[in-house]
Amino acid sequence: MRRNGGAARVSALISAQGLSIRLGGQEVLRNVDFAIHPGEIVTVVGPNGSGKSTLVRLLVGALRPDAGQITRRDGLRLGYVPQRLQLDPVLPLRVGRFLDLPRRAAPALRKAALEEAGAGALTDRLLSELSGGQLQRALLARALLNRPQLLVLDEPTQGLDQPGSAAFYRRIEQLRARLDCAVLMVSHELHVVMSASDRVICLNGHVCCEGRPEVVAQAEAYRALFGTGTQGALALYRHEHSHSHDGAA
Amino acid sequence: MLDDFLTRAALGAVGAAVAAAPLGCFVVWRRMAYFGDATAHAALLGVALALAAALPVYAGTLAVALGMALAVARLTGQGLSSDMVLGVAAHSALALGLVAASFVDGARLDLSAYLFGDILAVTRGDLAVIWGGALLVGGLMAWRWQALLTATLSPDLAWACGLNPDRDGRVVLLALALTVAVALKIVGALLIGALLIIPAATARRFAASPEGMLAGALGVGVAAALGGLWGAWTFDTPAGPSIVVCAAGLFLLSALAPRRG
Repeated sequence: MRRNGGAARVSALISAQGLSIRLGGQEVLRNVDFAIHPGEIVTVVGPNGSGKSTLVRLLVGALRPDAGQITRRDGLRLGYVPQRLQLDPVLPLRVGRFLDLPRRAAPALRKAALEEAGAGALTDRLLSELSGGQLQRALLARALLNRPQLLVLDEPTQGLDQPGSAAFYRRIEQLRARLDCAVLMVSHELHVVMSASDRVICLNGHVCCEGRPEVVAQAEAYRALFGTGTQGALALYRHEHSHSHDGAA
Repeated sequence: MLDDFLTRAALGAVGAAVAAAPLGCFVVWRRMAYFGDATAHAALLGVALALAAALPVYAGTLAVALGMALAVARLTGQGLSSDMVLGVAAHSALALGLVAASFVDGARLDLSAYLFGDILAVTRGDLAVIWGGALLVGGLMAWRWQALLTATLSPDLAWACGLNPDRDGRVVLLALALTVAVALKIVGALLIGALLIIPAATARRFAASPEGMLAGALGVGVAAALGGLWGAWTFDTPAGPSIVVCAAGLFLLSALAPRRG
């Protein structure tokens, strides 16, 4: 069931060694190691400005590290869900057309991806008129088009209320089970660290601690960063959804 | 047929509208309106330098417009407030061009022709340059259309898809400089920005897709080019500004119509 670590280690989809980067004169990441393996769900948490999004942007190729290196498995299919889009109503773009970016997709594939993301009814809606949750599902549908081996989501629940976030996380869990893809997520929502995460990485410019969600929640470094108050909410969330993990893999 | 100066003027105006349509859409989508003005204003400096160095005017315009576009892109990319940088660049380029023009013998440089266009003096050679440039701009935009749409929505998404939005951004700058060089003779340095933005803005009211907006911008641009030329002929008004007035009229009409999409 657990896929990371141990003797049964398969080769990583993406791995990084010693990543460091400065942006605008500020050191954002310092000597960060990272790896994600097939089927694994990894959540990166950290306070604002901790370099979470920078790590994701390095991994998808939107930034180049000043030091360190990133290795991708050959021919890796990566589906990326950006934090937000620069949406201006002056660009008339419907969800169906958005799924044709940057490459045209077969209509059947497009329909399947929209259904899978729970966005089936949104095909003819303008992107600029979608609610936060609807836009999130449209972005997810686009990322699913190429049958990704790795789904990367940058703050996917930003702008969603708590039930909305919980529903989104459950959808990701189901998708992982159905598509057998790995999932890398970034979150600032310390109180809703996803129950299904196989591994949580607590980041603050460097990796503070790392491990199973319940282990990280108890860790000194995590508590030093986020205080002890979040632990109760984390436990509550885990309790609510503890019935749905097994059999996911 | 090309012996008739009015026919040449019409073909030239339509050529400029064709170049401006796809680029104008991206100028509007990427909020580059001011950027277009800064590049267009630099054209005048290009004209003065080309005349002083006895080089072809089109070459001077293209080179200086491209240099301006790259320089401003670099400055705004460095975190300087882009609105401020563009304001400084657009007005400085125009003033510098006017000063430089004063050093060139007046018989060789008819200032108002370059500020407002001189469409009735379009020659066969001009037509070749205008249509060559328009086809080049059209080709560039068609080639990078999907990639540019992706990068407009999210540069990060473009990178993750294996594209290079930085390079595609430079393709837009090159197309912009080409359009400036092509449209200079038609509407002049001061009104090129209008030729880019107004047709695209008019088309937005009725467009349901990016491609629909492009088709609309093309239609509005061509209609404004021919309508403006007709107006200039009928009412004896300057042709370049008449084209822009016609485009603005179409925009006003579209703003009154019920909105789609």
